[in-house]
Amino acid sequence: MKLRHTASQAPEKVEIQMTPMIDIVFQLLIFFLFSFKIVTQEGDFNIRMPVAGPASSTSLQTDLPIKVRLTADGDGNLASIRMDDAVLPNFTALHEKVMSRVGTNAGPDATENIEAELDCDYNLKYRNVIGAVTAISGYVTPDGRIVKLIQKIKLSPPKKPEA
Amino acid sequence: MKIIKPKTTAAALEPDMTPMIDMTFQLIAFFMVLLNFGEAEQDARIRLPSSQLAKPPETALENALVVQLTGDNQVLFSGELMPIAGLDEKLRREARFITLSGEKPEDATVILRADAESKTGVVQEVIQKCQENGFENFALRAKQEDEES
Repeated sequence: MKLRHTASQAPEKVEIQMTPMIDIVFQLLIFFLFSFKIVTQEGDFNIRMPVAGPASSTSLQTDLPIKVRLTADGDGNLASIRMDDAVLPNFTALHEKVMSRVGTNAGPDATENIEAELDCDYNLKYRNVIGAVTAISGYVTPDGRIVKLIQKIKLSPPKKPEA
Repeated sequence: MKIIKPKTTAAALEPDMTPMIDMTFQLIAFFMVLLNFGEAEQDARIRLPSSQLAKPPETALENALVVQLTGDNQVLFSGELMPIAGLDEKLRREARFITLSGEKPEDATVILRADAESKTGVVQEVIQKCQENGFENFALRAKQEDEES
């Protein structure tokens, strides 16, 4: 049998069409570019507030309830901070007061049973509440570790200002 | 004078596309990794208060619903802007849905993303409305404070 010799034919270069692929790749790139946004890290302060919470301010397990009163001026900015009838100048002082209160209690689990209630003016800007919650609920050590203090925090019911 | 015509080659000039495609794929991979669909609830209208204790949770909250409050005290719930009065019906529907799926609203967490400039009283009203619909767990969301601030 005679075999046909094909080697004499020059091999054709197979060319892959790159254009559609590059088109799609650029479409993808544009999609990701436009949907990309720099987001800041967010964290939560967990609070548990059953519906009967405001009425029964302390449960049986809790002791030494801490009441923090935040008042606002006409613009909603923080006017005063009170804790146990003591007027405090800022959140740092509030934090120190909380530390002196819970830090003297025996055992690391002592703070678990302490409850704090924030009583705020209606018009107070919310960032002050987060400031107070931060001062009460813990602190960050120089090495970046978070030490938790009071975790049972609740907000008092809203008090609408009289018109 | 005889002008010599330069010989033209049959092959067309093809630029080398390989480095460009490589780079483009690298860029796509970069944006794909950074794109976070989970943070889709973040709305530019809400400027969260900052806190040094606000660290992202290690595990995602199960059964969570997000209620957002703008600086002008409007509620933003599932992409819809409404006054606080309109939230009641939405929460009732959510609570019913959670109950139908065999869970309890008490076990669900309401993530509250309130603007730093919003009124605390309005935040309390939102919490109260959630409580009335059986929700008990709340997560007050704050953004992580910058190291230098």
